[in-house]
Amino acid sequence: MENVAVAPQIENRREAAAGPVMDRSRVLRAYRTEAKYESLRMLRSPAFAGPFLLLPVGLYLLFGYVLFGAEIAKDPKAALFMFMGFSVMGVMGPGMFGFGTTIATEREHGLLRLKRALPTPPAASLLGKMLMSMLFVAIIMATMAAAASLVHLHLPAARLIGLSLVNVFGCLPFCALGFFIGSLASAKSAPAFVNLLYLPMIYLSGILFPMPKSMEWIAYLSPAYHLSQTGLAAIGAPSNGNPVVHIAVMAVVTVVFTALAVRRLARVG
Amino acid sequence: MTNGNLAELDSVTKRFGAITALDELSLEVRPGELLALLGPNGAGKTTAISLLLGLERPDKGTARLFGLRPQSIAARRHIGVMLQEATLVPELRVGEQIDMVAAYYPDPMPVDAVLEFTGTESLRRRPYGKLSTGQKRQVQFAMAVVGRPRLMFLDEPTVGLDIQAREMVWATLRNLIEDGCSIVLTTHYLEEAEALADRVAVIAKGRLIASGSVDEMRALVVRKRITCRTTIATEQIAKWPDVQTVTRDQHGVRITASNTESVVRRLLAADQDLYGLEVESAGLAEAFAELTQEKN
Repeated sequence: MENVAVAPQIENRREAAAGPVMDRSRVLRAYRTEAKYESLRMLRSPAFAGPFLLLPVGLYLLFGYVLFGAEIAKDPKAALFMFMGFSVMGVMGPGMFGFGTTIATEREHGLLRLKRALPTPPAASLLGKMLMSMLFVAIIMATMAAAASLVHLHLPAARLIGLSLVNVFGCLPFCALGFFIGSLASAKSAPAFVNLLYLPMIYLSGILFPMPKSMEWIAYLSPAYHLSQTGLAAIGAPSNGNPVVHIAVMAVVTVVFTALAVRRLARVG
Repeated sequence: MTNGNLAELDSVTKRFGAITALDELSLEVRPGELLALLGPNGAGKTTAISLLLGLERPDKGTARLFGLRPQSIAARRHIGVMLQEATLVPELRVGEQIDMVAAYYPDPMPVDAVLEFTGTESLRRRPYGKLSTGQKRQVQFAMAVVGRPRLMFLDEPTVGLDIQAREMVWATLRNLIEDGCSIVLTTHYLEEAEALADRVAVIAKGRLIASGSVDEMRALVVRKRITCRTTIATEQIAKWPDVQTVTRDQHGVRITASNTESVVRRLLAADQDLYGLEVESAGLAEAFAELTQEKN
């Protein structure tokens, strides 16, 4: 009797699998296509691409070249500090805002629901957005590197490339934070919530302004601080703490907030 | 998926808080059919589709899609989906949106072919955000078609379409059915169900209250109406088999009957002077209204 009961199930599974098989190259293509269109849509969105691609290098040139160029020319440490600060600021934006606002909007407007109903490969949306953020960071780092010599920073190309790689991967904890906010907030409130985290984080991480000694501990809580220190270590400049610890903190932030967001989306759609 | 059904709900109950959206509902989708789900707002049609698509999980009972859990990606590679409320990415062009969805499937139609098939070639390079409501629905329909699905779920596919676009969608649906695709359609347009459906399932308050062909639905509830002028007493007619109600007013006698032919024969035999004979068959709209009212 048991065979009789089991047989239709096996038959059914065979039937379901009987259609065209999705081979690995097509699955990879699905991920690639998702990432391509995610990047394209963000590049076409002037409210996103404009500020996040141009603001870091614009501010870097304003402060480092126009306003304080003469002072910075005499102080290589300040030149490096300023470059690192605006680079990390550039890294934070695409992940936090790109995820925060688009996930909230897609959730509210039913697009995430549609993608769950379609045979979208698991995590394609998530990876697509992460790759989009990484692409934006790569562009930002290229513009920063191009502007560096104007702001009296002369780093060998290999070191600039190394730093850029650190920053490209360093955007992941910010993606996770944005993802988490996007999974909670409405489309309208998401930008405000992201700003509530983004702006204090820039200040309290000590990446743009040195922090008073008494408040330095706050910076340890911020992935921006850990990314900045990892970047300094990558170019062989003096840094605080152990790079392994910095990377571990960023990895934990990435995993924990991504998991929280995925859990929340699985519950509320 | 016993009996070769492509999708099925088996005694499914789904609650949202205190509200029971589906109450022991069983429903199956057979190969090659267009099943129209009808029912008033809040009847549970969208919840039923959500369970079949794996977007919700039943509290009781089981949902199967191609014999698998609806959440299984292998099962979902056989389906095309058009949801009622989904705003796509406004910055992407129509061709790009379709290309993105095509990438999810093992053997999709080329983008050009699907644009031609659904009559949306002229929209190819237009950003989705700049389209009219009707055009957006057409693009969503093209996205449902692109994966060469064996089963399509269309939630109110023609809302917001002008007559020409609706005709185009209907023609495309007929072509798909001819090619062996099955379709589950929810609609408020009863003429849509009448024009397309092989089978209609009427849902009210989360329960399946009737299911069958369009004609069977009519027959189930529409006791056809006979009107005539006759001297036969209404009490006498009321005793005849197949007669359900008899009334007399200034226009004559009105009879509702499940088998009009036998009643008409008897009327003519009983009254040689009978005149003004009319037999009416109501549309699905009346049948549907009557069904949902009766069961509510």
